Amino acid sequence: MSGLGRVVRSGVARRRVQTAVIGLATTMAVTSSVLGGSLLVASTAPFDDAFAAQRGAHLSAQFDAGKVTPEQLSAPVTGVTASAGPFPTTSVTPSDEGPGDPAPLTVVGRAEPGDGPVDAVTLTDGEWADAPGEVVVSADSPHAHSPTGSGVGRRIPLADGSTLTVVGVARSVSRTADGWVPPSWITSPGGYQVLYRFASAATAEQVDAGRAAVTAALPEGAMTGSQSWLVLKRAADRSIAVFVPFLVAFGVLGLVMSLLVVGNVVAGAVGAGTRRIGILKALGFTPAQVVWAYLAQALIPAAVGTAIGVVAGNLLAIPVLAETEDVYGAVRLTVAPWVDVVVVVAALALVSVTAWASALRAGRLRTVDAIAVGRTPRPGRGRWAARLTARLAVPRPVGLGLARPFARPARALAMVAAVLFGATAVTFAVGLASSLNQLQIARNHNSADVTIGVDGPGGSGPGPGPGVHPRKPEADPAAVSDAISAQAGTRAHYRTSRTRVTVSGVAGATELVSFTGDATWDGYQLVSGRWFTGPGEAVAPTPFLTATGTRVGDTVTLNDGEKSVTVRIVGDVFEMGNDGMVVLTDAATFTSGSTDTSHYIAVRPGTDVTSYVEGLNTALKPLGATARPGRSNQASDTVILINSLTTILTLMLVAVAAMGVLNAVVLDTRERIRDLGVHKALGMTPRQTIAMVIASVVLIGVVGGAVGVPAGVALHRAVLPAMGESAGIGLPASVFAVHDPLTLLLLAIGGSLIAVVGAVPPATWAAKTSTARALRTE
Amino acid sequence: MTTPVIELRDVSRRYDDGPPALDDVTLTVRAGEAVAVLGPSGSGKSTLLNLIAGLDRPDTGIVTVAGERVDGLGEAASARYRRARIGMVFQFFNLLDDLTVADNVVLPAQLAGMARGEAAKRAAELLDQLGVARHANAYPGRLSGGERQRVAVARALMNRPALLLADEPTGALDTASGEDVSALLTELNADGQTLVVVTHDLALARSCTRRTIQLVDGRIAGDVAVEPTR
Repeated sequence: MSGLGRVVRSGVARRRVQTAVIGLATTMAVTSSVLGGSLLVASTAPFDDAFAAQRGAHLSAQFDAGKVTPEQLSAPVTGVTASAGPFPTTSVTPSDEGPGDPAPLTVVGRAEPGDGPVDAVTLTDGEWADAPGEVVVSADSPHAHSPTGSGVGRRIPLADGSTLTVVGVARSVSRTADGWVPPSWITSPGGYQVLYRFASAATAEQVDAGRAAVTAALPEGAMTGSQSWLVLKRAADRSIAVFVPFLVAFGVLGLVMSLLVVGNVVAGAVGAGTRRIGILKALGFTPAQVVWAYLAQALIPAAVGTAIGVVAGNLLAIPVLAETEDVYGAVRLTVAPWVDVVVVVAALALVSVTAWASALRAGRLRTVDAIAVGRTPRPGRGRWAARLTARLAVPRPVGLGLARPFARPARALAMVAAVLFGATAVTFAVGLASSLNQLQIARNHNSADVTIGVDGPGGSGPGPGPGVHPRKPEADPAAVSDAISAQAGTRAHYRTSRTRVTVSGVAGATELVSFTGDATWDGYQLVSGRWFTGPGEAVAPTPFLTATGTRVGDTVTLNDGEKSVTVRIVGDVFEMGNDGMVVLTDAATFTSGSTDTSHYIAVRPGTDVTSYVEGLNTALKPLGATARPGRSNQASDTVILINSLTTILTLMLVAVAAMGVLNAVVLDTRERIRDLGVHKALGMTPRQTIAMVIASVVLIGVVGGAVGVPAGVALHRAVLPAMGESAGIGLPASVFAVHDPLTLLLLAIGGSLIAVVGAVPPATWAAKTSTARALRTE
Repeated sequence: MTTPVIELRDVSRRYDDGPPALDDVTLTVRAGEAVAVLGPSGSGKSTLLNLIAGLDRPDTGIVTVAGERVDGLGEAASARYRRARIGMVFQFFNLLDDLTVADNVVLPAQLAGMARGEAAKRAAELLDQLGVARHANAYPGRLSGGERQRVAVARALMNRPALLLADEPTGALDTASGEDVSALLTELNADGQTLVVVTHDLALARSCTRRTIQLVDGRIAGDVAVEPTR
């Protein structure tokens, strides 16, 4: 081994703590960067990725089996580059008595999951249905899950007395069906489904042109419905847009934090090695050799840390991306290899540049000066602080510790920066996670204990394409309401009914939700204005106000084809349904045409919901309605994902911040080992020694926390509106008001805790160090 | 005959697999004595000093100082023991550069929990007694070697120790400063301070002590009374 190699090896082995800190900090930085980077990449365009991977349908079209034949549907159409189908379709209605959701299902007969040119459905669990009575359900369907996990094996009794057995779960990014069955199972199809890909489908006009071409080639009235992929994309993008700023913010925070700490660690390590560099030069090493020697001493642990970090980041990303797949509806998201490459190169380049710059500084020192600098801090710094703390009414070891940061101001500033960034990150993370939880609560606005006629999860989304959700004949809403009122344990209830209306000057349909009864208890949150108080008043979400060019206080005219009603918008309500094209008003405002009635019930405190539901269902049975427990206690996958991410990323950021402090205190403690020996020789006990070292970082923690927490709050307040803006939604006040004084105080204390946690190991080491050995140390 | 301040019985200490640093040493130092421990490098002088100061523990044997067994003390107990019984003076002074002279001197009393006013008064008295009161607010780096060692002695005496241990107290000083410190130690002993000085310097041993113990390879090779040279 060359002389240079021996020097490097001994340097790495001798400075074990700093070697470990460099390695661990790099591991943390690379792990969080790989995780954050992967999520950022995965979140950039998960719908596009999934759509491309599945060769999604630009147009999902439904045809009347009585007006068109499969042969006609198979004929070539100009502008269509690929098509799948025709597939027979039908609608099945689960029995009320069976487990699960009784909402009707659109099932499509497909022999294969999709090895064709369009809509390659991804089987995520089980196997494809190839025998009569078997069904593969959509992963979005409530039938895809069971109380024990997978829905595979579940039996779905149907209203006609037959039974479907779930043999698989699959995902179609084009949402072409609620379930897939063998074509032979559909003996008399109600319709056919054909999935098209067009040569041009980037705009609504191009998709419309493709639809027109398809329609023109078929008998008039053959197409009963269709769904553009742009509708799905818009809904997906809007949902994702809320979360992208969250991931971007975390990614940036993690990156900057990592840069800061790795830079500090390496610079500190190089600074502490100045005397060693001087000795090497005295022995005949050239400045370039010295620089290389020290660069390698930093790079070796950094390289090991990077390797571990890449593996850890990839392993950690697997479950997180799996969660993301579910949330985004994408398929098989994986860590992009280029993310690994970029992170590795960036991390090593950063360490190299920082170590090189620091080593150059030491390398330029004259040999005699480098030797003299060694461990000796520049005298004279911070003496005023030592004088001041000597007069403070605190135990002397504490006073000695409090003065310490002023003796090494640059190092203290680096520690303050680490704590500050950690506190900022934690405050921001806690605030953002709380806000997103609030957002999810506001989005669900269903604190109802019991519901009747409410679709399962995802019911307000784009749905399974153009076929149809034939509903059962509606129970008499008033009779149902009367039954609810009469049921013991009812605290409050209201009902809604929905209809499609148009608004003058706005293309497309707007959903009108009519309320009977007071719904203000059910979690609807207002961005501005107030809830409607009577007929003629309405509330609407920001997307509707933006689309109609109206503001709170303006009027809009709603038309259902039979009559027009003008309502005054009195509030901007947070409502994500129907892409935000919704108007909520009193039932008396618009009396005709409303269907799709749902009832929402709050029970009295102490009432057992299960017993209540059983009792109410007994009363409802003659009316043909079924009550079910509400969803208020269910945490969404999105919230779970965000909370998991927040926990992981926050812990990492805190760990890196604590490591920054650890490294600095280790350096400081080693530099002062002789002073520590003197203190102990004069009678300083181990406990006093620990108190002194801990006290040396308390001020740093307090300052870092005091500045970092407001910075985190400011960052939260700056990013959150950007999130709302990017999603095109107004955010209710509850989303912003998540930092209460107690939380802020705890977060500020957390800043000090980060510093203290980082200082405990070197403090313990200092307390245990042999006094005699410390006194002998040069 | 005065009571013993230091009693070592059959004390041995060995580091790793090397030869014994101290080998079956038995020694008594009585109150008011001034003892010089002499010997070449590696003879065991520093080990002996460390064992007496409670900075190290013997492998075998008993070490008693001022009636207190110190060979089995834990870290905290030995720290408290040093505060109460021991004053230490080092070759390179070991003053804390970022504290003023007064703050250096008062530090042992503060660690022991002495009242602030009482400690300040005691420090002022000592600095005055040792002739460095004018430097009370100066930093050690601005003092001469002799003055620094006087400050170190003041610090060592702060808690009125039963025993003053000095490790090569003139080793880093020029001749004049060395003689100055030697005279100071002689004065202190004359006032009743028990003194153990570890040194290579035979002249120092003769000038400020009445007894010399010669260590060779960890064993006591000689223990003789000497006449002071002044």
